[in-house]
Amino acid sequence: MKVLVCVKRVPDTGGGFKLTADGMRVDTTNVGFAISPHEECAVEEAIRIIEKHGGSSTVLTLGPPAAQEQLREAIAKGITGAILLEAEDYESWDPAATAQAIAETVKPLGFDILLFGNESADTCNYQVGLRVAHLLDLPCVTGIKALEIQDNRAIAKREVKEGWEVYEVALPAVFTVKEGINTPRHPSLRGIMSAKKVPIEQKRVTKPSTQLVRKALKKPQEGRQLEILGQGPEAVPKIVEKLRELGAI
Amino acid sequence: MILAILETAKNALSEASLETVTAARDLAQKTNDSVAALLIGKGVRALAASLRGVSAVLIADDERFESYVPEAFAKIAAAAITQKSPKIVLAPGTETGNDLMARVGARLNLGLATNCTEFFVENGALKRVTRSNWGGSLLEEVEILSSPIVLTLAPHAIAAQSANGAAPSVETLSVALSEKEFRVRVRELIPSEKKGISLTDAKVVIGGGRGMGSAEAFQMLEELAALIGNAAVGATRVATNNNWRPHSDQIGQTGAQIAPDLYIACGISGAIQHMVGCKNSKKILAINKDAEAPIFQRADYGVIGDLHQIVPALIAELKRLKGA
Ligand SMILES: Cc1cc2nc3c(=O)[nH]c(=O)nc-3n(C[C@H](O)[C@H](O)[C@H](O)COP(=O)(O)OP(=O)(O)OC[C@H]3O[C@@H](n4cnc5c(N)ncnc54)[C@H](O)[C@@H]3O)c2cc1C
Repeated sequence: MKVLVCVKRVPDTGGGFKLTADGMRVDTTNVGFAISPHEECAVEEAIRIIEKHGGSSTVLTLGPPAAQEQLREAIAKGITGAILLEAEDYESWDPAATAQAIAETVKPLGFDILLFGNESADTCNYQVGLRVAHLLDLPCVTGIKALEIQDNRAIAKREVKEGWEVYEVALPAVFTVKEGINTPRHPSLRGIMSAKKVPIEQKRVTKPSTQLVRKALKKPQEGRQLEILGQGPEAVPKIVEKLRELGAI
Repeated sequence: MILAILETAKNALSEASLETVTAARDLAQKTNDSVAALLIGKGVRALAASLRGVSAVLIADDERFESYVPEAFAKIAAAAITQKSPKIVLAPGTETGNDLMARVGARLNLGLATNCTEFFVENGALKRVTRSNWGGSLLEEVEILSSPIVLTLAPHAIAAQSANGAAPSVETLSVALSEKEFRVRVRELIPSEKKGISLTDAKVVIGGGRGMGSAEAFQMLEELAALIGNAAVGATRVATNNNWRPHSDQIGQTGAQIAPDLYIACGISGAIQHMVGCKNSKKILAINKDAEAPIFQRADYGVIGDLHQIVPALIAELKRLKGA
């Protein structure tokens, strides 16, 4: 089994955001970087598939040279190979452009399973995986929270309000993964040490024309006025009064 | 023309679809266009005539469309766009809507702006949109260079409004489908094992965070939910990561987006990635022992104190009132 997992380097912002003075980007001064949460789960899923079925796994990102950090993090957890599509201006690539570069790179490599995050944490475009699938003419199931491989087929489950939609597709296929599919492992110290020695295949890519152009980034209005009902259990009568007032009880 | 691609569930238009029609009508007014709707599914013919505020409804009613068939739906939607040449295409920014429109964008080599919240029209033309970034924690203004402009609408971004007027014309769209368009399809639907009201349907949601301290402590939130009635229990990512609750209970950027009348947040700090999941709640009540917790800047009502004392006292009081 040959498994590919595509990840994106995003700022590890903590509980809030600061924007740059020009209002175009998230200010990343004194902020670390991480792999988007859904993709962290995709990395874990790739490792589990290989542990169970054998084969090799490759992590790919399109990003700046510093994105090696995210690739090595995935290797430290158990991914065996890495590809960096180097683009300093990666933040201005739109989903179609990103998908095109990924599809061109992976097409000759013959992966059986291609994993993506359902949407990246920052731009939340919901489409790179699907566009890659289209360019490679492969079936794709998005937003999966369970994946099982049986011979040359995959059974993928998508959680919907009513329960679970079960899809069955022939491999090779593309899946976009959601947090909740698994609990990602932490890398071992030995993993971190040996990840430093794994070679990363690097290729510089240039941005094709894009269809989406960012004009500004802004914070949404937060329009709530706080009323303190009280402190400790003595506030209970006030809480009950509010619950009544709001029609909750 | 503005084409609204709608989704149906249980023989009715979904709430997100009604919001989409409303947004399409607003846009059409500003761009001086008409609105056409596209309905794909089994039995959608029956829904077409009841739609108001649109001049035409295109339908692809097929026995095989009991549930979503991604590639078949995408082929049909792409054909409708090619045939009708709309200026703008708008669909709900739900899981299915975003999946469908990404496939359509890929097929027609068009850009797609997902989860839009605002539209900027100048001189009768749509120039820019605002869309969600970081699950709604930030908003991004983007210009779309490809044409037609393909968008999805963020759920709850605008309220659905009904329209009056004449019944629309109904046109059947026939698109040849091959086996290939059925290579991805739902084999089976396993009903949820979860009992009770879902997070997205409940009128009151009670959320627990790190301050709960254990899986067992959530039992008191369940008890409170049962006393309130029409209530469900949710959690933060810290709670799901600790396996106190299943991931399906998570509220936030990488979990559920809820819109209850009241959200009661217990032992939750109010991180933006959590709050974007509950920002559509009509009212938010926070119980937190730290008066400086960010949640108090994002709530309507605050109670400062230890939830392990406050929640049991609240339960006791509600029981007393019920008994009386
Ligand atoms: C890309 C991304 C996506 C994310 N998606 C999500 C998401 O979908 N959902 C989500 O929830 N988070 C998400 N997060 C994580 C988020 O940033 C926070 O880490 C998380 O929401 C914090 O959870 P918490 O409030 O339970 O814990 P904490 O931040 O640790 O807060 C615990 C709070 O409980 C209070 N407390 C403790 N004990 C008591 C007590 N006895 N009585 C009363 N109060 C008490 C404390 O004062 C504190 O304010 C995401 C993060 C990233 C980067």
